[in-house]
Amino acid sequence: MSEYLKRLSEPTIVWLKGVIFVLALGPLAKLLVFGYQDHLGANPIEKVLRNTGFWTLTFLTLTMAVTPLRQISQRVWIGRFRRMLGLFAFFYAVLHFSTYLVLDQFFDWPSILKDIAKRPYITVGFTAFLVMIPLAFTSTDAMLRRLGGKRWRALHRLVYLITAAGVVHFWWLVKKDIIEPLIFALLLVLSLAVRKFHSQRSGARE
Amino acid sequence: MRFRADIQENEVTPRGLWERRREFLQTSLRVTAAAGLMTTPFKVLAGLNATSNPDFRPEDAPTPRDKVISYNNFYEFGTGKEDPSERAGSLKTRPWMVVVDGEVNQPKTFDIDQLLKLAPLEERIYRMRCVEAWSMVIPWVGFPLSILLRQVDPRGNAKFVEFETLKDPDQMSGQRRNVLDWPYREGLRIDEAMNPLALLAVGLYGDVLPNQNGAPVRIVVPWKYGFKSAKSIVRIRLVEKMPVTSWMQAGPEEYGFYANVNPEVDHPRWSQARERRIGDFLKRPTLPFNGYGEQVASLYAGMDLRRNF
Repeated sequence: MSEYLKRLSEPTIVWLKGVIFVLALGPLAKLLVFGYQDHLGANPIEKVLRNTGFWTLTFLTLTMAVTPLRQISQRVWIGRFRRMLGLFAFFYAVLHFSTYLVLDQFFDWPSILKDIAKRPYITVGFTAFLVMIPLAFTSTDAMLRRLGGKRWRALHRLVYLITAAGVVHFWWLVKKDIIEPLIFALLLVLSLAVRKFHSQRSGARE
Repeated sequence: MRFRADIQENEVTPRGLWERRREFLQTSLRVTAAAGLMTTPFKVLAGLNATSNPDFRPEDAPTPRDKVISYNNFYEFGTGKEDPSERAGSLKTRPWMVVVDGEVNQPKTFDIDQLLKLAPLEERIYRMRCVEAWSMVIPWVGFPLSILLRQVDPRGNAKFVEFETLKDPDQMSGQRRNVLDWPYREGLRIDEAMNPLALLAVGLYGDVLPNQNGAPVRIVVPWKYGFKSAKSIVRIRLVEKMPVTSWMQAGPEEYGFYANVNPEVDHPRWSQARERRIGDFLKRPTLPFNGYGEQVASLYAGMDLRRNF
């Protein structure tokens, strides 16, 4: 293994985090600008729902890719970005759910509850969102210390379930063109495969 | 007060005319109006000469044209809503032939320009409700489908009408993927096709159909979900047995033959009770038969519309 970029200095990591932070806000900024310019097309609420959902899944996928990338590249510092990526997944999930709640359903609670109960893709999506909440809340160092490494890791393994549920949610809402959900599914499987392969090889716990 | 004499004497209105000024104005207006009426006897619309049919002017506000032509489901050009308007430029609408055959006594092949002259063109404003639970209100230009069908004299055993869209992956980039089994096929029962509401459409908003809206000729069946209104038609065939449509084939549990708009029969994966009218903020309740129950409900008397969805 080469020694190129084996270690990054702390200031570099902080700087990179800043860059990722700004980039991660890009999709939201784009939605706001396009919304202001009335460039969200004929059905803007649907566009915003689709877009925020897409970025939730994208950030979940990126979050799940961190550990395999770290393992393959043997660059420990890659792991330093996982929390921010995961929290951005939660951020876009909150935006996605809020859009549904406010703009799509306009607080029509009976209708929303019916949707959650009767529409499988919404049941799955809502469940995924609910499960994200404790993960977001326990993402801080303080919470990690309070829970202890073992319990924290067990809880945060739920991210596999969340991502899988997100993929199913997307797959079940598409009419016929499953190519996008399929790509997310493949990326999820790939990231799981790399972890499995790596943990078998090194016998390390993950 | 001092007057400034900067008006010439010959500019002053003659007293006699001034005293009859009201009469003068009214006569002028009448002459202008009469002249206007003589040159434009009907509401002449930009590209097509169509008369507005007063029977089909709902209270719903028409959807702005820019939205009608930029938000489309036309998988032949891609599955995104903006794909058709971006990519349909590659469709060649001339020359274009429509074959009308099957269980008929006089099969015919029509050139599109023949079709345009087959009957007087009407403008009809119809609601359009997509199965995805959004809707629009569109001023179509065309004539009743029944006029075309009578031209070919259907036989007694013609029970259904099948429609076929163009298949040409060179012109229609979305057909390079088998998202649906091309060519797109749709169908109606003969009495549905003969219903006065069923329209053979050649234009919208007074002009010829934009490519992304199904140029140069399509059908519009407003009491059914939008996917029943087949676009860019090349063949109409009268048949004895109920045809299997493209969406029935793609999702038999989800898309039926009849596909009548029905708020009480949900799609397996989402509710059909409400819809988003494009341009509106809040959703609105969906109407049985998209509000055309008075004209078409009798076609389904005694039918279980949950089983025959």
